[in-house]
Amino acid sequence: MLKILRQKAAAAPLLRTVVLSSRNYSASAKEMTVREALNSALDEEMSADHRVFLMGEEVGEYQGAYKVTQGLLQKYGPERVVDTPITEAGFTGIGVGAAYYGLRPVVEFMTFNFAMQAIDNIINSAAKTNYMSSGNISVPIVFRGPNGAAAGVGAQHSQCYAAWYGAIPGLKVLTPYSSEDAHGLLKAAIRDPDPVVFLENELLYGESFPVSEEVLDAGFSTPIGKAKIEKEGKDVSIVAFSKMVGFSLKAAEILAKDGIDAEVINLRSIRPLDRSMINASVRKTNRLVTVEEGFPQHGVGAEICALIVEDSFDYLDAPVERIAGADVPMPYAANLERMALPQVEDIVRATKRACYRSIPMSAST
Amino acid sequence: MACSATAKIIHNPLLLSSSRSAEKSDSCCKMLGPSSFLGSTSMSKKLVSVNKGASRVSRRSANVVAVSSDVVKEKKLKSSSAASSLLITKEEGLVLYEDMVLGRAFEDMCAQMYYRGKMFGFVHLYNGQEAVSTGFIKLLKKEDCVVSTYRDHVHALSKGVPAREVMSELFGKTTGCCRGQGGSMHMFSKEHNLLGGFAFIGEGIPVATGAAFTSKYKREVLKEDCDEVTLAFFGDGTCNNGQFFECLNMAALWKLPIVFVVENNLWAIGMSHLRATSDPQIWKKGPAFGMPGVHVDGMDVLKVREVANEAIARARRGEGPTLVECETYRFRGHSLADPDELRDPAEKAHYATRDPITALKKYILENNLASEAELKAIEKKIDEVVEDAVEFADESPVPARSQLLENVFADPRGFGIGPDGKYRCEDPKFTEGTAQV
Repeated sequence: MLKILRQKAAAAPLLRTVVLSSRNYSASAKEMTVREALNSALDEEMSADHRVFLMGEEVGEYQGAYKVTQGLLQKYGPERVVDTPITEAGFTGIGVGAAYYGLRPVVEFMTFNFAMQAIDNIINSAAKTNYMSSGNISVPIVFRGPNGAAAGVGAQHSQCYAAWYGAIPGLKVLTPYSSEDAHGLLKAAIRDPDPVVFLENELLYGESFPVSEEVLDAGFSTPIGKAKIEKEGKDVSIVAFSKMVGFSLKAAEILAKDGIDAEVINLRSIRPLDRSMINASVRKTNRLVTVEEGFPQHGVGAEICALIVEDSFDYLDAPVERIAGADVPMPYAANLERMALPQVEDIVRATKRACYRSIPMSAST
Repeated sequence: MACSATAKIIHNPLLLSSSRSAEKSDSCCKMLGPSSFLGSTSMSKKLVSVNKGASRVSRRSANVVAVSSDVVKEKKLKSSSAASSLLITKEEGLVLYEDMVLGRAFEDMCAQMYYRGKMFGFVHLYNGQEAVSTGFIKLLKKEDCVVSTYRDHVHALSKGVPAREVMSELFGKTTGCCRGQGGSMHMFSKEHNLLGGFAFIGEGIPVATGAAFTSKYKREVLKEDCDEVTLAFFGDGTCNNGQFFECLNMAALWKLPIVFVVENNLWAIGMSHLRATSDPQIWKKGPAFGMPGVHVDGMDVLKVREVANEAIARARRGEGPTLVECETYRFRGHSLADPDELRDPAEKAHYATRDPITALKKYILENNLASEAELKAIEKKIDEVVEDAVEFADESPVPARSQLLENVFADPRGFGIGPDGKYRCEDPKFTEGTAQV
């Protein structure tokens, strides 16, 4: 269908082939930070559909707590970019009610940790409503904000909620990695008739990625529920989402030197989970490593391991490896925090274990 | 106009029996009742003065004096004015009567069906509170929204959802308003703008505030001709919940077209309102956030209607929200599973004498708005409607097995919407699995 150039290909030198038809997009893509990608997605969707409005703390005059909504207040006015009081439960419920009655709100949480104060509204009032009302009332709302650990922000600001929201039928849960992901998925989320939880990552906001011309087109959006193969390989499948995709790609480079050709899959969508692609990949490589930032028990990795065992058990040549954050609330000290989160070395080690290239040892050593 | 309106209210025979049961120690409340909504324009001013008065220890006597002098004045006025100053016309009276009788008959039938095993789970009945639902909802247009709690059968009926659909939903049949997927506590109707049916108390309040936000947005941003109002119904227990206060704040801040209707029936399951609340006068919480707080006798449908009219008109004009506290009572337990042992039988007996349906009937007959025969005809008609609803529900099929997985998403396969505006799953190339994304 639509060919989006892989990151590796995009690293090629600037080539401008004038001869090619308009459908062939040049490899010399523009660079864009994730923040700009999100901002432009919001901008485009707000101008395309006047029912879309933003709501959250500091989204307006402060230009966004992380500057994601910069410039939108000036462009669209205070009725469409609404600064709220510090009342997560209240304003999330207001967003849900507005979605019930015909608007398309985008509710920003300063971080998803604060969304716990509003989780009843997200799950009971938004996610379950289309089912409870049997299709009578759909809820076209997007809940977005940074998720997961930042740098030294402590236990109450660092939890990853992908697993919690991923368990709820009725929600779509998206976790973009690159700017392309962020831009395309946010557009898809805003256009979507269902409640979408859009989990961004604070540390990725400033990172730049190349984006192709096609992505910059105002009509473009990425499909939900489809994972992306960031790097093809044949020895082991590494499945990750959000920031961990970047770490996995770095780990793959290190492993390549040791002769292990890893396939890196960017999940993009936690719910619906792209079971078919994960299975296809594991059936090809026969080994699986899952990487996530969140707590290990009942995490996204646990789900992926279970579904692989259900669907592709006979294809596995080694036990599934699951890398997750440490089973502790996030410590503050920088060295402890580094130990509490998966690092590139952890991914390399686990992959080697999966390939029987190292002596099995517990993760704590 | 304002004068005679208030005179009517005070003269209303229903007022004379208005008093909370003796156990409620705060007696100033009863006298406060009638005064607090005298006239529309003076509403907020009256309340501010009442509020200030209330902060002094000797507040009760101060307010009683203020009110009784007004009462005496109005009474004198009333006696000299013409006799044709009734609150409702015949047609309106019959509509109100029919709606309340429908609510009562329906709920009684629910109890019967529950004990016969046709209905199951949690069922919360509305007997005794019909005046609030009828008084408010019968003033709305179809486009106005109602958001309720788990005690929502009668709100659904008043808003126009057919009795058949509500009964089928309760039986869990596929012909119900939510095809059996919602149940007693989750009545939704897009056609009648009933936005639920919520199990958690306080959950509906932000949703209602959001619907009101949408009305305002449609008017101001989308420039549509929209003056739709939202009503949020909830109970006394909810008024201690954080979301209630958050929404009072935002509704007043943004002047949203919403009316917060408190159905204060004094009990939250077995927790008495007086045991749970530091200041039991809920209407006072309105002015604290900058909106009028009104207290009204919720067992009198005409008084409720009068207040509702003003509050809804205020919202439609764009003047913002109102908090209306309706003193009411539920004749049955919290739900059909509640043995209802904690409430004093004397209290229940007292409120039984203030049955809103009996009161309205008395008013209609005394003022010669309709004859006994006409009212009986209505009651008979409602009996037939309810019987028909039960039969319909009984004969309806249960949901098909395939219905289990339906409607989780509005989007049929969860892949979202493509650039052409259609669902991606409808694009053949996409579903073939050959797409590289």
